[in-house]
Amino acid sequence: MTSSAEAAFDAAQSPHFASIDALVSGLAEVGYIASRRIATSLYMAVRLQKPILVEGTAGVGKTELALCTAALLGLPLIRMQCYEGLDESKALYEWKYGKQLLYTQILKDRMGVALADAPDMDAAMDRLHGMGDLFFSEPFLEPRPLMKALQEREGCVLLIDEIDKSDEAFEAFLLEVLSAYQVSIPELGVLKAETPPIVFLTSNNVRDLGDALKRRCLHLHIPLPDAALEKKIVASRVPGIEARLTAQLVDFVQSLRGLDLRKSPSISETVDWARALILLNADALEGEVVRDTLNVLLKFEQDIVAVEPQIAELIRQAGA
Amino acid sequence: MQAALEDFFRALRAADVRVSPAEAIDAHRTVDVVGFADRELFRDALCATLAKTADEVTRFESVFDTFFDRRSEAPSPQAPPEGQGDPMEGLPPEAQESDLARMLMAGDGAALAQAMEAAAERAEVSRIRLSTQRARLSRRLLEEMGLSEIERILAAARRLGGPGEAGAERLEAARKALAAQAAAYVERQHELYASGSGKRLREEMLARKALNAEGGIDPVDQAMMQALVKRMAKRLADRYSRRRNVAWTGHLDVRRTLRKSMGYGGMPFDIVFKTKKVDKPSIVAICDVSKSVAAAAQFLLTFLYSLNEVVDRLEAFAFSGRMISVNGVLDDHPVETAIFEVLKQIGFQQTDYGKSLEDFADQHMDRIDRHTTVIILGDARSNYANPRLDILATIQKRSRAVIWLNPEPESYWSQGDSVMNRYERFCHVAKTCNTLEQLERIIDDVLRTYIPH
Repeated sequence: MTSSAEAAFDAAQSPHFASIDALVSGLAEVGYIASRRIATSLYMAVRLQKPILVEGTAGVGKTELALCTAALLGLPLIRMQCYEGLDESKALYEWKYGKQLLYTQILKDRMGVALADAPDMDAAMDRLHGMGDLFFSEPFLEPRPLMKALQEREGCVLLIDEIDKSDEAFEAFLLEVLSAYQVSIPELGVLKAETPPIVFLTSNNVRDLGDALKRRCLHLHIPLPDAALEKKIVASRVPGIEARLTAQLVDFVQSLRGLDLRKSPSISETVDWARALILLNADALEGEVVRDTLNVLLKFEQDIVAVEPQIAELIRQAGA
Repeated sequence: MQAALEDFFRALRAADVRVSPAEAIDAHRTVDVVGFADRELFRDALCATLAKTADEVTRFESVFDTFFDRRSEAPSPQAPPEGQGDPMEGLPPEAQESDLARMLMAGDGAALAQAMEAAAERAEVSRIRLSTQRARLSRRLLEEMGLSEIERILAAARRLGGPGEAGAERLEAARKALAAQAAAYVERQHELYASGSGKRLREEMLARKALNAEGGIDPVDQAMMQALVKRMAKRLADRYSRRRNVAWTGHLDVRRTLRKSMGYGGMPFDIVFKTKKVDKPSIVAICDVSKSVAAAAQFLLTFLYSLNEVVDRLEAFAFSGRMISVNGVLDDHPVETAIFEVLKQIGFQQTDYGKSLEDFADQHMDRIDRHTTVIILGDARSNYANPRLDILATIQKRSRAVIWLNPEPESYWSQGDSVMNRYERFCHVAKTCNTLEQLERIIDDVLRTYIPH
């Protein structure tokens, strides 16, 4: 425990984690405009050494938060994408079966020699026992993301993306990793992180997560931002954009969110759209340009059809 | 402050935010780190540790505001009489000994607030559960603060007359203000600790309420029950939705491993493990929509339709005199009102189970295969017509399981024109189902055991 406590001291000691305000401005430097609530959650996660569970609709910057935290602290980022059917062998470690087999084949003759002078079967077995462990040792171990994260001596940021897509069994398996920062491997014993990683879990709410997992995490729900925050985000993400255009397009997107759409545009769509408008050299919203680029903002045909007739009206509102 | 935090946790639990002991410890650690000075920081940090869903965040915020608002609000102090030396003037000597009287006459708001908090703890006001306890608890709160003293002083002052009268009047006014404050205090406690429990009590009751009760279900209850059904269904769906393809790690699939090794000259390079496939049930629901069963049918359909994540295929049929498929109706209308549409089409016919089963056999028998679970909801009262047991026997043979839900209690089965006892022989399960609770349990069984032949 002492080693992990000291190590965690490092991240918490970083000047960026001196206060919430320092953290907000630190994140802004690496390009993430965080609300105070987001910064508070991150601050507490590092201080209390707890994983942080980030929820919110697609494109509000859940994954981005982890990337920017890694950039801020100068730590490597290890990312694990979850999907249905993900299991330990893909998340934690796997024995290199092929290599093991190949080596036994190559070493067959050597083994014959080594065992040749054994007086009887028992002695041969004893020798074999001594060798057997050779094939279940670190060189034959293929570490997967979780184990890599635990092995990083300098600490790292571990991003477990879309945890809600994995199975319940995998979620249960994560509990040990998340609460004690250790894993048990039957052949090698318990492997404990020298420096606990900063863990982010993201979820799109495809299913409800178990209480046990939630209990071990701090919870952060990132809502769609208000206009002021979104303007800041666009300005930071799309350098060189004019303030007037930013204001207009953010207002436009905000009013789109008020409509009854299948998928409302979130921050990433706003940013993409801003980039698209810059590329097209648009300096103000006009019906023509908006109609042409609407597919950047809306991802379903029905939504586009529903919005198209209202474009002029929406632009007029955004201009006002 | 620890006691205050513990109270806060209790208020959160009352608002349905789960706070386990481990989370309480986390919260204390959080408070150690952030301190109390910055209210917003304090709130956000606690919120991150305690609230675990977007829903809980909203509830957390409202509880936080109510709870800590109370802490900072003192009972509004009485304006002390201006320009007079002793506020206790005109009161009998007993008044000098009473702390409460002095506070009231001096209009010392802060001290009064403190005294009220202390008295509230003694009177256990925060244990309030029901709104009917409010009057009794305000009374106890005042007694703990020393109301009886004040009444004695008032009586003594009135006896004195003259200057005593004026003093008594002022004290009387202050006492009334205090009583109002105590009532408001108890009201806030009720809001904090008990407003949720009333609703929960009501939901528990509704879950056990008979669906075919005389006079039907209250429209207010109806909405609440629909919400309850959806929640129950969501709970089941969450439990069963993610088990379709569970890997049996560690169980080697020898046959497939050997097959794959052929390509490598018999060397097992590709190891294949067994997987277990859990398939989703497909359900055919057949509902009697005659007057006595219509309400239950509506909830069954709502329930089944809310389960779309875990159910592979759902076909719904309704009958009273004849049988029709209601999938179309259910697709076009929200489930809550679909039943009225169905009633428009086939309501007010004389119930005939035999005819309806015939209709089913003629048109829809191909919907049933060995993966199908058939759920029949009805009271089996067929107005003495031929029950066509042979058709039910065919259904039983073709399907995976036949489940008959009867809204009537078992003792009524096969009395009068009910032929339940004869149908029962062809059902894998026949159960009374007259409350939402029973409904949930039965659907749970279907999903879990997925009743085999």
